[in-house]
Amino acid sequence: MHIDWAAFGQVFGVSLVVTVALVGVFTLGIVGTTSRATVAARSGAYACYALCAAAVGYGIYLIVG
Amino acid sequence: MEHITLLIGIVIVTALVFDFTNGFHDTANAMATTISTGALKPKVAVAMSAVLNLVGAFLSVEVAKTISGGIIDEKAGVRPEIIFAGLVGAIVWNLLTWLAGLPSSSSHALFGGLIGATLVSVGSHGVHADAVVMKVVIPAVAAPVVAGVAATAATRLTYRLTRGRDEQETAKGYRAGQIASAALVSLAHGTNDAQKTMGVITLALVTGGVVAPHSDPPLWVIVSAGVAIALGTYLGGWRIIQTLGKGLTDIKPAQGFAAQTGAATVILASSHIGFALSTTQVCSGAIMGAGVGRKGGVVRWSTAGRMVAAWCLTLPAAGLVAGGAAFLADQGDWGIAAVAVLALAACGAIWLASRRKPVTHDTVAGTAAAPHVGPAAPTASEPAGVVTAALQAVAPPPAGPIAPAVSPTSEAGRSPAAPAAAAS
Repeated sequence: MHIDWAAFGQVFGVSLVVTVALVGVFTLGIVGTTSRATVAARSGAYACYALCAAAVGYGIYLIVG
Repeated sequence: MEHITLLIGIVIVTALVFDFTNGFHDTANAMATTISTGALKPKVAVAMSAVLNLVGAFLSVEVAKTISGGIIDEKAGVRPEIIFAGLVGAIVWNLLTWLAGLPSSSSHALFGGLIGATLVSVGSHGVHADAVVMKVVIPAVAAPVVAGVAATAATRLTYRLTRGRDEQETAKGYRAGQIASAALVSLAHGTNDAQKTMGVITLALVTGGVVAPHSDPPLWVIVSAGVAIALGTYLGGWRIIQTLGKGLTDIKPAQGFAAQTGAATVILASSHIGFALSTTQVCSGAIMGAGVGRKGGVVRWSTAGRMVAAWCLTLPAAGLVAGGAAFLADQGDWGIAAVAVLALAACGAIWLASRRKPVTHDTVAGTAAAPHVGPAAPTASEPAGVVTAALQAVAPPPAGPIAPAVSPTSEAGRSPAAPAAAAS
């Protein structure tokens, strides 16, 4: 019996890194857009949101492709 | 489609029914936490999920070439009767787990049904045991672990980053993010699971000589499979939504976002890299992980245990029902008719049992105040009907991993109220 541990490890690694990164980046966006945020923080936050939107776009691309 | 025999017609209808149960069984995966954190209203959530499932059904051009992913030898004489029996097994198990409010994998139910029917009708050489381990057992163990670890880490991180912030203010952002990741899960679900039904119908058409082998599913197959799964999704399996959204752990918006994002990521990563994991188990694992990740978060392990027991039972139970159905169906036309009648009766009985303690979109998002809207398995005080007996038969065995020294009867009676009571 052949178990594809490499593929499993890849799924595990990619999932962990991407999930943590995405949640982290999105949280930074949330933190940066709270009411007391400075202009710099705000623009950084929008960049974070844009990054997350790009990730969602890539997700849709993966589903369609 | 001039030569669709009655049998193939029955298989097609049964496949669409399975597709429908698949839809409402799996609504919870995408939408349970979205509903319980209040990101979307229940009706809006299921409507959105339904539309995305429908869209997903049309998205992918890649046809499910093998309906079982190589688990059964489809060249070793798969006849429409076997597909029919397998589908019946999968449907009955899907409905039973729905009645108990337990999320279980629809694909595993389908695999189990096909395996059971093949074993009875064709023999053990029709089933690839290696593939069963590779495609079902290992992913079943791996999926909750992968998703759970990812969601735990993400939850920890997000709580650390927002420390000292106003929870009310951040919740809005989390809810918006959650909607996006839930949408991705729904879309992926439509693409994968509607495809499965299309594959089943196409295979039935091929065995009946209606369409040429290796041909794409006809348009009407794509449309009907997509519509069936969307309808099922829209009806919403509120019982399972309740279990996943509130029964396992109390989900706050930050956790819901982390769990949902983790689930979406794992599903896409696994399907892209080619290590297939069950959506249901990924989502359940992610929710548990998010529960563990929050300080003071509590995972109700008794509910989790019931769920895991249901996962372990899915394959053999669906297989057993399907095996019996295959045995009957092999007897000839009257056997097939008997299977159809019995299946309808079983579905009717389960539906009737569900009416005793309905869980609807009104009650599902409530504050969990009333213990009587818990994931309603029949309680012990009710007269033991056929379904109660059947449920007890499939309930976790006394020596199982969850509740030692508790008989199935008292387990079924005790646990439904427990999650809701604990949540209030």
